[in-house]
Amino acid sequence: MSLSTQSPAPNLPPDKQREMLRRMLTIRRFEERASDDYLAGKIYGVVHCYIGEEAVAVGVCSALDRGDRIISTHRGHGHCIAKGADLNRMMAELYGRQTGYCKGKGGSMHIADFGIGMLGANGIVAGGIAIVTGAGLAAKMEGKGGVAVSFFGDGASNAGPFHECLNIAATWKLPMLYVCENNMYAANTAAAATHALGDVAARAAGYGIPGVVVDGNDIFAVYQAANRAVDRARSGGGPSLIECKTYRWRAHTERRGMADVRDPSEIEAWKGRDPIAQLERQLREQGYLDDAELQTMERDILGALEAAVAFAEASPFPLPQQAADDVFAA
Amino acid sequence: MRELTYSEAAVEAVAEEMRRDPKIFYMSTDAIAPLVREFGAERVRATPITEAALTGMAIGAAGCGFRPIVDWRQVTFCFVAMDQIVNQAAKIHYMFGGQVTFPILYRASVGGGGLTAAQHSQSPYSMFMNVAGLKMFLPSTPYDIKGLIKTAIRDNNPVISFESGRLMTRKGPVPEEDYTVPLGKADIKREGSDVTVVALAWLVHEALAAAEELAREGISVEVVDPRTLVPLDRETIRGSVQKTGRLVIADEAGPTAGFSAEVAAIATEDPATFARLKAPVKRVCALQVPIPYSPVLENHVFPDRQRIIEGIREVLRGGAGQASAA
Repeated sequence: MSLSTQSPAPNLPPDKQREMLRRMLTIRRFEERASDDYLAGKIYGVVHCYIGEEAVAVGVCSALDRGDRIISTHRGHGHCIAKGADLNRMMAELYGRQTGYCKGKGGSMHIADFGIGMLGANGIVAGGIAIVTGAGLAAKMEGKGGVAVSFFGDGASNAGPFHECLNIAATWKLPMLYVCENNMYAANTAAAATHALGDVAARAAGYGIPGVVVDGNDIFAVYQAANRAVDRARSGGGPSLIECKTYRWRAHTERRGMADVRDPSEIEAWKGRDPIAQLERQLREQGYLDDAELQTMERDILGALEAAVAFAEASPFPLPQQAADDVFAA
Repeated sequence: MRELTYSEAAVEAVAEEMRRDPKIFYMSTDAIAPLVREFGAERVRATPITEAALTGMAIGAAGCGFRPIVDWRQVTFCFVAMDQIVNQAAKIHYMFGGQVTFPILYRASVGGGGLTAAQHSQSPYSMFMNVAGLKMFLPSTPYDIKGLIKTAIRDNNPVISFESGRLMTRKGPVPEEDYTVPLGKADIKREGSDVTVVALAWLVHEALAAAEELAREGISVEVVDPRTLVPLDRETIRGSVQKTGRLVIADEAGPTAGFSAEVAAIATEDPATFARLKAPVKRVCALQVPIPYSPVLENHVFPDRQRIIEGIREVLRGGAGQASAA
């Protein structure tokens, strides 16, 4: 996949295309900040960065309505931001504060915002696929044309729930998108060592549904594939499997001294195919973006992140006794 | 009063609730025919044999405003869904800061007695009691199962209905009019003054039979049926033990780190209850083995009324100089 194969910009309003760039940049800057603050000891536990894969979350979510639902993985910040989550509450959650999305009970791996149809990041590989398939069933039973999207990695595509859910969704014609973010590694194990076939999308044939491979660093390719799948889902045609070939730039988790088994030249080659730089160039070519506009966008994003960090730092930690709250709902 | 079987009472509870609330739907690998007839195949869904998917789909549908029921049928089939039960259903409300509720009923039959060997004769509720975020019950009568299922369907949490396979065809009085049984409330099935027997499901009936037999000797046995496992009614158990001073716990599961151990701890860690104990606590449980097939072996493994009687006699002897309360 070379740059020359990049999809032409679809006939989308300039504002929508600029919004795609803004969301991708927001994901990247959010994670750069989260990683710095993690290494500084202000964010705890574990943080998995999505940098390099931004075109997948933003491309798919740009094809969705607010009422559509998605579920994410352990690498979830990108999906939250792409679906429109609030940066303040996200950052406060990473900081373990009361004002976070999960009141400090979840952290990086469990951010959810049901109000915007973001059914949560999930710490278990393949753990979310069945849950969001239930959201797809709910959408079908509601009968309002809603769709549900399962984001998962190449690793999850080898787990049972992937196969169980594709079969049920295909059999029941659920309005689902199964979006495989194939970043070529399940934690530190290469997909080539664990997959019988090179393309996860080929597995769609076993369930009689469309399966397509797209360049996951090409946001317009992702968007158009998602759009077709959404149309099919909304019109009662059932689920689709979209495999987005992409790459994460950073190690599996942010941890000082964390070993990265990947070949440095491979990482550098993928950085040369930066999905954000590609979109930026396409926007410039269409005359939709100039230096001043890009600088303004960058400044606004960094300002919003400063505000999010300030909000988090000013927010109280939970009270110790709140550990006992919300085990059960009233 | 009319009589229904335990199994009929459970289905009647589901049907009544489904009539009341259109958000309730039912998924099972083997759909219950009367429910399909009344509510149609959209609301009573026959599914592939994929318990992990069903268990998780219920979570997603619940988070979107539905009230799903997943019938695992036998508890043994839910073990392939343990990630969805333990990592997802139990934790998701808490982990997401309580932002939405997940009202789900999971149904599973438990217990032995059917000569179906180890994989189909299990009572593993204690494993689930150990997981924060799940409510669960194990009723002993048609009246209780109907009332508890109705309450569980209306509850805003994942609730597991453990249902005794031995009791499915057992009949009992069930009123025609609407009623519920609260979660977390034990029922004293027989009042007595010498010994408390805390028993579950089929063993409630065995304990009642034991009590009847011992009554002829002048021994007065109180039978406490917790009905709900989580939340467990500590007050009723402690109150009964404080009254009788002796405790026997009868459980069809093995003893290790189990329901019976929890009840023993409830009695002994409470100073007021401990102070009234006249004898060590006695557990009458299954042997800690996989359940074997041959009748001779299976009968040997499970406790019954005879072993409950032996347990009661043991605690009556164990009370230093109070060999008999009679």
